[in-house]
Amino acid sequence: MVIDTKLCIGCADCVVACKTENEVPEGYCRDWIAEATSGTFPDLSLEYRSERCNHCDSPPCVHACPTGASFVDEESNVTLVDPDLCTGCKSCIAACPYDARFVLPEGYVSKCTFCIHRVREGLDPACVSACPTRCMHFGDLNDPQSDVSRLLRTRSWKVIAPAAGTEPNVYYLT
Amino acid sequence: MEELITTQKLNPHIDPVLHIWGWEVPVYLFLGGLAAGLLLLGAISVLRGEDGRPTAQRLLAAVTPLLALGMGALFLDLEHKVNVFRFYTAFVVTAPMSWGSWILLVAVPVNLLLVAATARSVWPGSMAGLEQRVPALGRLASFSEPRTRVLAWSSVVLAVAVGIYTGILLSAYGARPFWNTAILGPIFLVSGVSAAAGAIQLVSRSQGERRWFERLDVGLLVVEIVLIGLMLVTMLSGPLQTRQAATLVLGGPLTVAFWVLVLAIGLLLPLALETWQLRGARLPAFLAPLLVIAGSLIFRFFIVEAGQMTGWIAY
Repeated sequence: MVIDTKLCIGCADCVVACKTENEVPEGYCRDWIAEATSGTFPDLSLEYRSERCNHCDSPPCVHACPTGASFVDEESNVTLVDPDLCTGCKSCIAACPYDARFVLPEGYVSKCTFCIHRVREGLDPACVSACPTRCMHFGDLNDPQSDVSRLLRTRSWKVIAPAAGTEPNVYYLT
Repeated sequence: MEELITTQKLNPHIDPVLHIWGWEVPVYLFLGGLAAGLLLLGAISVLRGEDGRPTAQRLLAAVTPLLALGMGALFLDLEHKVNVFRFYTAFVVTAPMSWGSWILLVAVPVNLLLVAATARSVWPGSMAGLEQRVPALGRLASFSEPRTRVLAWSSVVLAVAVGIYTGILLSAYGARPFWNTAILGPIFLVSGVSAAAGAIQLVSRSQGERRWFERLDVGLLVVEIVLIGLMLVTMLSGPLQTRQAATLVLGGPLTVAFWVLVLAIGLLLPLALETWQLRGARLPAFLAPLLVIAGSLIFRFFIVEAGQMTGWIAY
């Protein structure tokens, strides 16, 4: 996923779309908006970011899960949780540097799935589809002709907390 | 550096500060460490053939109940309890919690066999009566006795594994800078053995045995204090995240908890009392060992809390 911070206005439509699409219970969220201010007054800059699970290439949540409930889907490289295997031990939550996971009232862990059910049907994740500024892009980074690959080749970008060593797959164009 | 404000991010127990583990996990880690310490000291006593220090061998019988209590506390912490059996339908080599589950599964039967192997010498009277009522116990003792040394050596290895595991469980979380140092494993092991030495002193009726474990405990407390100091040094000489994590106890919100509760009351006070007693002072015999055990518990509460207060992103 690639998100253009120059276009994001922090409207939280992505958050509402996610809650609606995935029936996220009230009081919980799979994605959120971060307002990042940097610099020193009066030389400040503000950046809006739509954040979520980074579906890392080296996912510490998967490594820390004692039952195999957290896993990387081989077909899509998306990190998912199997509720039938999850004990709710919260090891994956402790392991995630992005605090992207939470426990549902039912007792198992939940998080962003990149709307894998939509992606398998050839659709974009709900957040990407709903974004009114078209700041969000979703695709296959292994395909050099995909939108996301071309954006990363032509624009400067960053990832969140790269030093955590998780090799995140949500990129922010700067 | 950037200042972050988030909207819509208010997941229970995650935001604004991570608090996924309450009293259950520190209690589990404490009971696991205490059980590991008792197993280690008891097994060493068996290997050395020490008749003068029977309590260490008697308390081998407390190891499995303590582990069971600890696992009970962990069970209470699980949010999806119906799936608890899933710990034993997988072995995930990268997950310390998975290692711990399987190590505990091996430690319990080995401990029970070691108890059976030593039962006739440790409880000669009671065992004779028990064998008459439950002949299977006699057969179990007869089966275990010729294997005592193998069982004792296995217990030493398993005790060290369980003791270190209780610390490695936390230190493996790179996302929590306060935990992310491998020295936590040895600290938890030493702390667990120290608590076990305290427990033996509390239960023992022999002045000589109490004195022996008091001397051992003094050494263990000194080692623990040095290791905790080294942990802070490691954190302060590490990357930004661990340096920031260290400030929790160097002027931050856990400063008083660390210096007063963990260090002064949990470690230095029992160390001073035990040293004083060894030099001939007459103090209530239960005081120092009770403080050692309480200190070991407080330390785990402190560490579990501190780690959850640290992370990579200041949401």
